[in-house]
Order: sequence, then C-alpha cells, then structure tokens
Amino acid sequence: MIVLEVTVFLLVASAGTAVVLTRDPLNQAIVASFYGLILGIMFFIYQAPDVALSQITVGAVALPLMILLALAKVRALAGSRRQDNDR
Amino acid sequence: MTPALRRRMFLVAAAVAGLLLLWGLTGLPDYGVYNGPYGDVLNEVAVAERKATNVVGAVTFDYRGVDTMGEEYILFAAVLGVAILLRAQRDETENPPDEDAADRNAPQTSNAVRVIGLALVGPVVLFGLYLVLHGHLTPGGGFQGGVVLATAALLVYLSGEYVTLRRVSPELVTDLAESVGAASYVAVGLLGVAAGTAFLDNVLPLGQPGELLSAGIIPPINAAIGLEVAGGFVLLLSEFLEQTLVIRRPGEVT
Amino acid sequence: MRFFPYIVAAWLMLVGLYGIATSRNLVHAITCLSVAQSSTYILLLSVGFERGGTAPIFLDVPVGTKAVDPVVGALTLTDVVVGATVSALLLALAVQAYKHHGSLDPEHFRRHQD
Repeated sequence: MIVLEVTVFLLVASAGTAVVLTRDPLNQAIVASFYGLILGIMFFIYQAPDVALSQITVGAVALPLMILLALAKVRALAGSRRQDNDR
Repeated sequence: MTPALRRRMFLVAAAVAGLLLLWGLTGLPDYGVYNGPYGDVLNEVAVAERKATNVVGAVTFDYRGVDTMGEEYILFAAVLGVAILLRAQRDETENPPDEDAADRNAPQTSNAVRVIGLALVGPVVLFGLYLVLHGHLTPGGGFQGGVVLATAALLVYLSGEYVTLRRVSPELVTDLAESVGAASYVAVGLLGVAAGTAFLDNVLPLGQPGELLSAGIIPPINAAIGLEVAGGFVLLLSEFLEQTLVIRRPGEVT
Repeated sequence: MRFFPYIVAAWLMLVGLYGIATSRNLVHAITCLSVAQSSTYILLLSVGFERGGTAPIFLDVPVGTKAVDPVVGALTLTDVVVGATVSALLLALAVQAYKHHGSLDPEHFRRHQD
C-alpha cells in the first residue's frame, strides 16, 4: 500500500512538471488530460470517490476540450490575418 | 525586464517561498494520522441525523449548504462571463456553420466515431441521471452528474454536426435550464424560511437511510445543481463552438 | 513518508507558478494555473486522510467503521468543477485579447502599452 501511494505521488509530481514544461498549447492540452486522469486515480487511492468522479469528468474531458476550442478559434483568426496581410 | 532576468528572479523567489512553505507544512500532523474531531463526529452522526448514507454529500448540501450555494453562483457567474465575452461583436457576422465548406482542411469524422458516439449517448444520459438522483446514497451528486450529462451533448456534437447539437439543445432551453437550476437552490432554501426555521434547513420528510426518497432536501438540491451544471457546461461548449464555426470576421477562414 | 504529500503539493504549486511567470503564450499560462490549483486539492485531501480508513459512504458498511474525513472531500469536489469553469472564462478572455491585439504573447501586451 505504501509502495502504491509513493508511486502515485511520484507520477503526479512528474505529470504536473510535464504539463508545465510542454510549451506548445496544443500538445499541452493532451498532457493536461493525462494529468487529470492521474489525479483522478490519486483521489481514488485517497478513498474519496466523489472527488475522483469530479476530477475525471472535468479534468480529463471538459478542460482539454475547452483549451482545444480556444486554440481552434485563435488559429481561424490567424488565418484571416494572414489573408488580410497578403491582400 | 527581459525574460531571462525574470526567470532568474523567479527562481530565487521560489527558493525562498519553497523553504518557507516546507517549514510551515512540517508543522501539520503526520500524513495518515487524523486526530481532528470534526470528521469523526460527522461520520458517526450524519447517517442517523440526516438519513443520508453519503456523508460527503450530506456535508456538501446540508451541513455546509450555504458554501455550496456560493460555489454554484461562482459557476453561474463564470458561464455568464463567457456568454458575454463571446457574443458577436459589431464587426462580426453570424453565418451558417461551414463545416462542409470546400476550403476547410479538417478531416472528415470517421464512421466509427459516429456510430460509437451515437450508441453511447443513451447510456451516458442514463448514467448522468443516476449520478444526480443517487447523490445522497452513493458517490455522486449534482456536480458530477451535471458534467456527465453535458458530456452527452458533446457526444451528440462529435457524432453529428453543430446543427444537430443546436437542435438537441437550443439556446433558449439551455439558458432556461441553467437559470432554473440556479434559482431552485434558493427556492428550496426558502422552504426552510417558510416553515419557520432557518434558511436551507432540512424541513422535508427525512425517510429511511438507503431509500431513494430520503434525506429531506438533498435530492431536490442535487437535481437543481445537476440541471444548472449541465446547462452551464453545454452553454460553454456551444459558445466556444459558435465562435469557431458560426461567427465570422470579414475574410476569416477556418 | 510522514510529509511526502505535502512536499508534492508544494512542488506542484511552485512548478505551476514557474510556468505562469515564464510563459510566452496565454493559453499555456492558463493550463499552468490549473496545475497550481490542483496542488491545493492534494494538500486538502492529505490533511484529511486516515490510514486504514474507508470512504465515508455507509450504504453497505455499518456506521462506526473507520473512515476518512468527509469535510475535505466536500470542499474539494465543488472546487474541481468551479475551477474548470473559471479556466473557461480565462480562455474566453484570451480569445478576445487575441482578436484585439493579434498575439497571445504576454510580452506583446507589455510593449503595446509603452
């Protein structure tokens, strides 16, 4: 049990560092989804199933989705600016 | 201030802050040893007092109900802010969604995604409703169930188009669902005032622990919060999608 | 092992702040903010954990079995959902900022003011 807890803590710390060190926002959204899943597993080991449910639905699905939608809008606007500059 | 200088200054400050944090955190009780009385007392009396077997749910919606009302209104205000920020501005037009435009360089949705998404919509809605309604018995509640219900709307968008999503959850229905959910929380709280005791007091019949209709006001509050969170997240999703697919500046392409 | 989760929480908070301070893209900074927020969840749940305790759900175990603290679970579960919604608000702000300034780089905003 102790080994399991220590492993999960180390995984959480390294996944969080990986999220910060990924500079491109598009890749970071995927790493953030993975980080949300690892956090959900950690909350499950903490005997808090309600919090694990919340974290998995929100942190692994809803948050990366909104990041991707914001990036899609920015990319569309970038395309229009390039068109304006070319004209 | 150049970025390199900022990075060095931050590292120095973070080292000092980290040392202070660690010095403070070692003053906490050891990890794994819990000797505070509040949690133990709640675990012993909550089931007998409120007839709710999910003590976390009883704490969130009954013992600390005003806290949760505040959190719900943070959510409402944030969704309101997104709706205001992402409205169509003066120099933008609202065109029909151009998902099938010839110059759009996005891959077609594969048939596997469409079929599986369509097949999963029903079970996901059922699971979301189960989570919302059984919040006082098993892990779950309004917040988790509401997000799962919003995921069902996302599956509808993935296996169809933006027009399908709009038809399944038109803007008026989503706005109404969110507002009715937020207002019902206060309405249930006012039941306590109408009965002569405090705001958000548990005045409905308590029933037996383990039954679906038990724990007084907790199931109605769960339903209100589930409605509000589901409406809020679907509104967020549609606002962002509308920005990307519908609202156009002159000359914008996707 | 006595203080290990607290060290992990402090590390995550500092790493998240490092990401925000040295970020060159607003969307990257918003994701680092959510990492810093998650460190508080870890701290809260570590304080309430009791080794050998079960989840505080008494549907199929009798009342009186050792269980972890329910109060910190209640605080954290609303926090997770609301934190994601506030991140959505920040992302909408970033999109509008890009519309008006043409860049997601924080350095660009600073120079724009001078």
